Amino acid sequence: MKRVPAARKPKPLPAGSEWSFESIDRYHTEIARVAKDYGLDTYPVQIEIITAEQMMDAYASVGMPVNYHHWSFGKHFLSTEKGYKRGQMGLAYEIVINSNPCIAYLMEENTLTMQGLVIAHAAYGHNSFFKGNYLFRTWTNADAIIDYLLFARNYITECEERYGEEEVELLLDSCHALMNLGVDRYKRPPRLSLAKEKLRQQEREEYLQSQVNDLWRTLPAHELRPESRPEHQRFPAEPEENLLYFIEKNAPLLEPWQREVVRIVRKIAQYFFPQRQTQVMNEGWATYWHYTLLNTLYDEGLLADSFMLEFLQSHTNVVAQPPYNSRWYSGINPYALGFAMWRDIRRICEDPDEEDRRWFPEIAGSDWRETFDFAMRNFKDESFIAQYLSPRVMRDFRLFAVLDDDREDKLKVSAIHDESGFQRVREILSEQYNLGNREPNIQVWNVDLRGDRSLTLRHQQHQRRPLGDSTEEVMKHVARLWGFTVRLETIDEAGRRELASEVRAERRRNGREN
Amino acid sequence: MVRIIDRRFDSKGKSTVNRQRFMRRFKQQIRKAVSEAIHGRSIRDLDNGEEVSIPARDLSEPTLHQGRGGIWEQVFSGNDQFSSGDLINRPLGGGGGGSGKGKASNEGEHEDEFVFQLSREEFLDLFFEDLELPRLIRTQLARVTDYKTHRAGFTSDGVPANINIVRSMRGALGRRLALGSPYNARLRELQRELEDVVARYGEDSEEARVLRDEMGKLRAKIDKIPFIDSFDLRYNNRVKVPRPTTQAVMFCVMDVSGSMDEERKSTAKRFFMLLHLFLTRTYEHIDVVFIRHHTVAKETDEDEFFHSRESGGTVVSSALVLMRDIIRERYANGQWNIYGAQASDGDNWDNDSPICRKLLDNDILPWCQYFAYIEITSGDPQNLWREYEKLSGARDNFAMQHIESPADIYPVFRELFKKTIA
Repeated sequence: MKRVPAARKPKPLPAGSEWSFESIDRYHTEIARVAKDYGLDTYPVQIEIITAEQMMDAYASVGMPVNYHHWSFGKHFLSTEKGYKRGQMGLAYEIVINSNPCIAYLMEENTLTMQGLVIAHAAYGHNSFFKGNYLFRTWTNADAIIDYLLFARNYITECEERYGEEEVELLLDSCHALMNLGVDRYKRPPRLSLAKEKLRQQEREEYLQSQVNDLWRTLPAHELRPESRPEHQRFPAEPEENLLYFIEKNAPLLEPWQREVVRIVRKIAQYFFPQRQTQVMNEGWATYWHYTLLNTLYDEGLLADSFMLEFLQSHTNVVAQPPYNSRWYSGINPYALGFAMWRDIRRICEDPDEEDRRWFPEIAGSDWRETFDFAMRNFKDESFIAQYLSPRVMRDFRLFAVLDDDREDKLKVSAIHDESGFQRVREILSEQYNLGNREPNIQVWNVDLRGDRSLTLRHQQHQRRPLGDSTEEVMKHVARLWGFTVRLETIDEAGRRELASEVRAERRRNGREN
Repeated sequence: MVRIIDRRFDSKGKSTVNRQRFMRRFKQQIRKAVSEAIHGRSIRDLDNGEEVSIPARDLSEPTLHQGRGGIWEQVFSGNDQFSSGDLINRPLGGGGGGSGKGKASNEGEHEDEFVFQLSREEFLDLFFEDLELPRLIRTQLARVTDYKTHRAGFTSDGVPANINIVRSMRGALGRRLALGSPYNARLRELQRELEDVVARYGEDSEEARVLRDEMGKLRAKIDKIPFIDSFDLRYNNRVKVPRPTTQAVMFCVMDVSGSMDEERKSTAKRFFMLLHLFLTRTYEHIDVVFIRHHTVAKETDEDEFFHSRESGGTVVSSALVLMRDIIRERYANGQWNIYGAQASDGDNWDNDSPICRKLLDNDILPWCQYFAYIEITSGDPQNLWREYEKLSGARDNFAMQHIESPADIYPVFRELFKKTIA
């Protein structure tokens, strides 16, 4: 049944599979209108039509329109290209950039339906999430990111000209190895801005260089009064979780430009940090909105049936969740889970049953748009699941938790989707999305200021999980950045300390002894 | 307000730089893969780029992550048989139950090969890296015998065949306008006067007659301006520019006597292919002359060269005589860079080998840029080799190498064309 408002005589949107700029514009206009009716708050939209090859380029530089040059991006490009050319994989559903204006890429190969879908998904779904979610609001600055990337690329190119590509590449390799430990998890960052960045960069260089010499203050003059620095006093006084930050500020032998490069990598890692924390929410949100927006347009009589069929087929593929024993299974599909959860939240708001009232007394029967807005703004995957995953979704997905303890012979099903297991399954799933658990907890513990200036990192073991086998390699990179011996200690759950890795190095500044 | 930007025509290949960096960084591995690639397949295929694979572990980017072991408690979907508290056997190798699969993503380690496509150019660059054609530069500079004519504007003299009609007519028109314009101006003036006079004194008055006479004279003058004059003529100008010779002929000489079995022939074939490929990178145009011989030599086409079966004794000199004759007949005008490659198992009639050496020394090598002899044999050098050895010291455009198995082809090839530091 089509509900056609009497006041509006709708003129159907163009159908067929060929797109044109006019038709994209018309689709966008209608989608924007409906999105506004639903109260989605977005950055202005900039739609860019690109070719498949450009899409692969964008893939390779982690989705950013500008990025500095590095061989690893070339590697990604080659593997994407291979997969694409052999037809093993399609290209991205969409790439959307968290910037202001929000840039959404449409691939020229897409059919008109896909273009409409991508506009709804990326330009309104993701866009509103970027603008609203607290993680993106605190950690990223949509106004400045493109400028910052431009600054980064120019700076690194300049470094390459001045110090040689090899030198810069080695440094970037080392920084990339530590990228996932180069983010502030708890501290709030100051805002980025290009103007400020440029202004401060020079002065920062000089200032930092004078500051790191803290480590050099252990020269003989200080040895005369050793009591001023008691043996047990650690540096840094508090453990530091952001390895790249610590290296940028304190590595004794880095040149100013090297510190700046470390900083660039760190800033970019930080920029992507919210994306990694909000996969389920963000993808689910965008999927929910493209579904809702397009269905609304269909109800208004603007979309052809052929459009809807193609759209629904594509949508169904995206939100498919294969069971654990399927050969297609590769974990929980964030699109599927997210979409199901957002739909469920709306259902709880609009049409709650007795179970929902018991589990979600605060949202059952509330206004769904307000609830949506609140949930979108104030959660990340971990907390979103802990807060909103309902028994019904768990039942629908037939979720169950498996405990794998390497001390036991068998795996144990610790909870399933039943009355006694809902809480537990939800808890485990939420933990599963906690980046703090997924990644090893490694912090800067101490620098031997009075001795060999060696750097000690501490790995706090979680659930007795060991470190992966590339740890030794990464430690070599740390040693390269630090310039002196580095070691990694593992503290197990019982508090025992064990030396996991040690790389001895003593680098001298070539020809320049300060 | 939405902005729709068409980026399709923006610069492509944003990743080119990154790709090049990747290639540079893993040059060693890629080069190894490339040289391995030629063992397995026909060399003709190599022309079309190549898929190479290098071990993924060489290019992994290390990160600090959690490894396998310890306690993992994870949620899976699609429960069809389990109740809380069930014990399950550990799935072996990730198969079966699938509950172990979730961990695979935590490892992020793949021992696979990283496979990617090299473009033809990239492939050949790597393939022939550090190789060069010997004595190439000297010849290019020394023998500038080929000229190419280029258009170079217009000149005022030349042969009638080169007359540029448009230019000439335009010149003529301009000249006529320029020379005729004072007369025309005067004529128009007189015309006005005439009308004035006719109006005042009548058609047949004396004044009118005088004016008409004058106008008649003027018209005659205008008519006398030639329609086209010799200095209007413009000729297309062409200049000759010397062009370095960029054509080469490659002689493939192969022994097909009974002692050359299929395996040896295919080894020879690969060598010739490689040489051909290498020459195509330097020369625009390449002629290939195939000469096969047993006791008599014959020029053949490519297909026959490699495939037809013949056998018998061996007289190598027959082939060299034929090669000499072909050079004299077709390629002796100084416009050709001549390359020769001879493959044989080295088995020759004893008294023929000195003849071969003399032929090469006197009649062939002076014409050739380079002549390479490869002996395909698994045993000791044969008599031809010993005879040729005397040459290799004396002539710097002669080289010889020994190939035992197909695996030697590429190394030997590299040896033959190694870049020499001048």
